[in-house]
Amino acid sequence: MALLKSDLDFMSAKRRRITSMISGTMLIIALLSLAINRFEFGLDFTSGTLIEVGYEQAVDPADVRQQLVNSGYEEAVVVTFGSDRDLLVRLPVEAGEDDLAAASAASTLGVEVLEALRSASDQNIEMRRSEYVGPKVGAELAEKGALALLVALGIVMMYVAMRFQYKFGVAAVLALMHDVIVVLGVISLFHLTFDLTVMAALLAVIGYSLNDTIVVFDRARENFRTMRTNDPEVVLNTTLNQVISRTFVTSLTTMLALFSMLIIGGESIRGFAIALIVGVGVGTYTSLNISCNFLMRLKIQKEDLAVPVKEGEEVDSMP
Amino acid sequence: MLNKFPLWKNILVVTVLLLGLLYALPNLYPDDPAIQISHENDPVTQIDVGMATDALRAQGIDYFGDELNDLGGLIRFSSLEDQLSAKAVIEDTLGEGYIVALNLAPTTPDFLQGIGASRMNLGLDLQGGVHFLMEVDMDTAQRRRMENILSNIRQELRNERIRARNMEVLEDYSIELSFADEESRSQARSIVREGFADLQVIGRESGGEYLLDLAMTPESVEQMRSDTITANQTSIRNRVDSLGVSEPVIQQQGPNRIVVELPGVQDTAQAKRILQRIATLQFHLSAEVGAPSASYETYEYQGTPVNVNNDVILQGDRVSNVRSSLDQYGQPQVVINLDAQGGQQFNRVTRENIGQPMDILLIETRTRTVMTTDENGNQVEEQESYEERSLISHAVIRAALGREFVITGLSSREANDLSLLIRSGALAAPMYFVEERTVGPSLGQENIIQGAEAVALGYFLVLSFMLYYYRLFGLAANIALISNVMLLVAIMSIIQATLTLPGIFGIVLTIGMAVDANVLIFTRIREEIVAGMSPQNAISAGFDRAFSTILDANITTFLVAMVLFTVGTGPVKGFSVTLMVGIITSMFSAIMVTRAVVNLMYGGRRVTSLSIGPFIKS
Repeated sequence: MALLKSDLDFMSAKRRRITSMISGTMLIIALLSLAINRFEFGLDFTSGTLIEVGYEQAVDPADVRQQLVNSGYEEAVVVTFGSDRDLLVRLPVEAGEDDLAAASAASTLGVEVLEALRSASDQNIEMRRSEYVGPKVGAELAEKGALALLVALGIVMMYVAMRFQYKFGVAAVLALMHDVIVVLGVISLFHLTFDLTVMAALLAVIGYSLNDTIVVFDRARENFRTMRTNDPEVVLNTTLNQVISRTFVTSLTTMLALFSMLIIGGESIRGFAIALIVGVGVGTYTSLNISCNFLMRLKIQKEDLAVPVKEGEEVDSMP
Repeated sequence: MLNKFPLWKNILVVTVLLLGLLYALPNLYPDDPAIQISHENDPVTQIDVGMATDALRAQGIDYFGDELNDLGGLIRFSSLEDQLSAKAVIEDTLGEGYIVALNLAPTTPDFLQGIGASRMNLGLDLQGGVHFLMEVDMDTAQRRRMENILSNIRQELRNERIRARNMEVLEDYSIELSFADEESRSQARSIVREGFADLQVIGRESGGEYLLDLAMTPESVEQMRSDTITANQTSIRNRVDSLGVSEPVIQQQGPNRIVVELPGVQDTAQAKRILQRIATLQFHLSAEVGAPSASYETYEYQGTPVNVNNDVILQGDRVSNVRSSLDQYGQPQVVINLDAQGGQQFNRVTRENIGQPMDILLIETRTRTVMTTDENGNQVEEQESYEERSLISHAVIRAALGREFVITGLSSREANDLSLLIRSGALAAPMYFVEERTVGPSLGQENIIQGAEAVALGYFLVLSFMLYYYRLFGLAANIALISNVMLLVAIMSIIQATLTLPGIFGIVLTIGMAVDANVLIFTRIREEIVAGMSPQNAISAGFDRAFSTILDANITTFLVAMVLFTVGTGPVKGFSVTLMVGIITSMFSAIMVTRAVVNLMYGGRRVTSLSIGPFIKS
């Protein structure tokens, strides 16, 4: 069975060139998309008002938008949400609402919009959810989210460097950054709404991808210590062939769970599920193809792991 | 012997699983929609409940089970619609003074309640309701405080005939006093030092003027801020009670924000009107015996009626500070400070009324729903606001009172409550809504169903795959996976964590990832068999060698989840909690439970082959 007795040549120069090219392309596309498309930030970060309403029969968002414009909400954005009976109405925070009282008054918009919709339609309209995020809070949430990502990466690097060796820590974080950028790129490329749940998914991707990378590194450490060869290429190649079966099985079970979420979970968690599915996919690819490349680039040697006590001194003497 | 657990380990696994089962069990008993009836002052009796149920029968609303509990009466319903229509009926029947709240009544059997087992809390996104984040306007509070101090200083200087050229509160909340000469400044300085201990005083000269800069010490700013936020919290709590919400959450978040969560509330506009309103305070004298009945109103104070004269002797906005403390004999007291004008006014009145009782009224504006008939003869609901006045203090004036006076003769709890109430009426700062999230009841219901279905499908797929791919070992892993979710639910219930929709996703994700530990172990066992080890040795080596990997992988993921927990808010926090708990339970079940089952299958006997998948022929 190929999955178990794998003898792929992961670390050959040719294969490493190919995977580097694939990753490079992915990163360039991701970065380009981030530069051009940027993000469609959700309410959590942009601030403003959002209201989800359910109609009895299908409605045309354009008509509903017209109704809102007629009622004086020129900036209202109306889109369908999941089905053609459910609509999402979004209103930006008006400029100059940085003083608390004005912003607070804006928080009643949701109720007013609902009234406007109800009076303009003969259908029974159900309020499904209504959210208001003030400008100050939105900015804080964005700041906190970015901080969380950086702190998570920093802590991971420290832990891995401590438990393994600093080269492993650096390689793990590089691999994670690769994954995060690709997932961010996909979110931007497909115009998925970037909100707090997607933020959570991103951190979960870090967790998952890290899990994969650690499994590889753990085995690599063991092999560096037990195998007779001094050639890191051989050691890493053996490692990858040993872990590939486990990596695929775990990805598969996680994907099974994630796809059940995507299929059943409904519209509100689509972004979350997609971000995770992409993340788990990329994470699997990275742990098998990229993270060991980083180790090679960092010139990992048997000596790096042979006598763990001396590691500190070696780190200090590095240029 | 190889692959046999010592007895204690088996007992440990079984005990943990049994405890897990017990504490997870309450989640299988869905709560009944219910209505909780309580009264503002009196205990609710069977008669009240009887009146309510009679009215329900008359209206043809189905209910089952009515009981009296610690909070009052409880009536259960089989549907949410019945519960809603019953609320209106009961409110009409019982009338004022009664608080009729929507509630969820547990159906957990007594033996589970006996061991303290209860259900997980459901987040607002699952049960519907409103979440508000309110910001207390500290700037206004601080400015008001400084203006208050300035008016006191102005009064003092006038009394001492010290002339100041200019006195004002600056942008940075400091007070600037300017004098024409050195002498008046030094007189002013000693007056300020004496009367206003919590001010820092700095003198300087500028353009021929002698200036004094007064600023609050950092400690007193800190104190003022925390006083203000508790004042606001108290006044929110008082008002939420009038909304009839069963389990509101009112919490401070950060230095100047308050989170208010009201499960089940749909009318956000009304909720906001009520929350934003600020209570006021009035000081009155008690009516003299034989006073004409038009000149007073009767209030109840600690169970006895008190006649309060209609004339207001002092308005609450004259109060500058309130604190409960102990007097020199260690007796609890409430210390009230007034501003300069208030102090004079108060002194005049109290001087003439020594020996008379003085009363403090707390006035809250509340709203109620009334049924009126419109021009077409239809019954319509209308919101009507009314003032609710309650007597919070009734004490005899012992001496002429001035800018600072104390109320004594209270228990320490009463003193604490009274100072909170006075503060909520006098010192609460304006509040603004900075975030609001409302979830309708149907969406909440839908989220629960979708979440549960996603969990079920994910579970089914993963279990089937494991069974197919790893055969008997897959069965062992599946038993571990089932125990994992059971333990996860049990721990979430024990720590009373709140389950949110993202939390459910966390569980789904955990299901997918939890098998990882088993996959690591099983692949290792297969490898060892291929390398020529005997089945028993391979099992043992597989579990041992995979352990360090499992530990490292889980610790790092746990660290990331902790970061998520620390910086996350609301739903994200819920997700990270399930993730963290899931990591802990999955490690236990994947290592201990799987091992126990595998040992049961293979341990301690001669084994020639393992049922660990179709891909190995040993």
